[in-house]
Amino acid sequence: MHHSSKFKIPMGPQHPALKEPESFSIALKGEKIMGVDIRLGYNHRGIEKACEERTFVQDVYLIERVCGICSHSHSTAFVQGVEEIAGLIVPPRAQYIRTLIGELERVHSHLLWLGVAGHEIGFDTLLMYTWRDREIVMDILALLSGNRVNYGMNMIGGVRRNVTEEQAQDILKGVKTLEERTKYYIEVATQETTIIKRLSGVGVLKKDDALRLGAVGPTARASGVEYDVRRNDPYAAYAELDFNVITDTNSDVYGRTIVRVKELLESYKMIRQCLKNLPNGPIAVKAPRKIPAGEAISRYEAPRGEDVHYIKSNGGEKPERVKVRAPTLANIQAVKHMLKDRYLADMPIVVAAIDPCFSCTDRLVSVKGNAGKSKKILTWEALRNYSVEWHQVHGIDFTELSYKFRTKMERF
Amino acid sequence: MLNEEKIIQDLCGKFKFLENQIKATRPRRIFLEVPYEHFMEVFDFCVRQLSFTQLCAMSGLDDVEKLSVMYHLAQEGGIVINLKTGVSREQPVLKTVMPYFLCAEIYERELVDLFGFKIEGLPDGNRYPLTDDWPKGEFPLRKDWKPFDQKKA
Repeated sequence: MHHSSKFKIPMGPQHPALKEPESFSIALKGEKIMGVDIRLGYNHRGIEKACEERTFVQDVYLIERVCGICSHSHSTAFVQGVEEIAGLIVPPRAQYIRTLIGELERVHSHLLWLGVAGHEIGFDTLLMYTWRDREIVMDILALLSGNRVNYGMNMIGGVRRNVTEEQAQDILKGVKTLEERTKYYIEVATQETTIIKRLSGVGVLKKDDALRLGAVGPTARASGVEYDVRRNDPYAAYAELDFNVITDTNSDVYGRTIVRVKELLESYKMIRQCLKNLPNGPIAVKAPRKIPAGEAISRYEAPRGEDVHYIKSNGGEKPERVKVRAPTLANIQAVKHMLKDRYLADMPIVVAAIDPCFSCTDRLVSVKGNAGKSKKILTWEALRNYSVEWHQVHGIDFTELSYKFRTKMERF
Repeated sequence: MLNEEKIIQDLCGKFKFLENQIKATRPRRIFLEVPYEHFMEVFDFCVRQLSFTQLCAMSGLDDVEKLSVMYHLAQEGGIVINLKTGVSREQPVLKTVMPYFLCAEIYERELVDLFGFKIEGLPDGNRYPLTDDWPKGEFPLRKDWKPFDQKKA
């Protein structure tokens, strides 16, 4: 092949370097990326259509499952919209509890990201440290809601669970440890040469480009765009909280790291304020089963950026339309720009640096295949046998191996 | 005067047909519907003159008698203007807004796949979000669409 011609490498939809299915077609000249074509939609589950076929109450739980990481973001965005249409006045205590869970969620999401970013650049010690510390916030969330993810805290008209004084003390204890650890990570991020050298100048997105391409969240703020829905279009209790919008002007993956670790400190500040100023009173008001006709647009600053929900009711029990625009969809255009003229080896960290969530992005039309076939729940054993049979049909025989494996397992 | 009121006044001053057509549902939220023949000029005015420089999302809507799109545009100050326009079901053709917002590309592809809009000026590219072998003429977010297993039944 002539050495000046471009070479196209397909990556995904299934690839060891990808955490979720998405497909990149990378045009290379040597090691340099000349252009990237991104194909999304592999996580398309038909949630928007499914929402139209369910009641508002059922939709709260469905919407929460748009994403596993920012589940509270989606359910809050949704209930806020419905409450606005129904004219419900949500009690202040519920608003504070929503904010509290929202910030705890941001803490776990940002710590998760920091670990992934460490892993992508071969700094797995950082992954081990951050994910160990993340357990503290996961435990807090489990303490408050009973779940590590998909907390089920929101309902139309308020929240489902209260926060007790003992729980508040436990949260404060956990936050104290997390704050100390985060200060150490800020030190690591600003002084450790491995991080600084590996991340600086990688995945550059200048302020003008961030605005032009519609980037949101920490991706935009790391390019100097001072925009945060919590400040610019406040919801829940944010209008009453004192916090800073963190920005950075490095405009690269390094900047995105700095923004996220510093945002953690702001979250701790907000968690403390929520607990200190938690108003007394009820945690929910009764919501009507039928939501009056109307429409609302609800915005929420999710850990990855602005989450937008549009909800329309025609006066019935089910919504006429639910539209979800998750933050990754807004940031994906910027990724193409960040990768241009960079080296192939930078690709995993550049993609990871927007903290992509393709499950959020793809949501939407449940289509059941094999009409008429009943659903089966398989045991591990049955699942293994099914797999062995499937491979046999396709010309690979695992029977012997499966037998050896089983006898080995039986010894334990 | 509140910012929202000023925006409504500016819009009504520029486009007489919008008088009494604009609703401010709550602080920072404005809703209006524009016939498609005037849509591009109203959209241009909102973006260039009223500084709605952020395209938050585009929501497709099946209003049965027509197919509509609501463009959700935001200002830095947090005000969101929700600009709705509709075209006929038989000829659901819209012009792309990519010259204003590059990020509109993926939102417009979604309208093509899920509602069957035709977007003039949208460059060739991968479809989103449906699969490559999705049957032609099946637009899942249209109200008359049913999942395949229900259709058979």
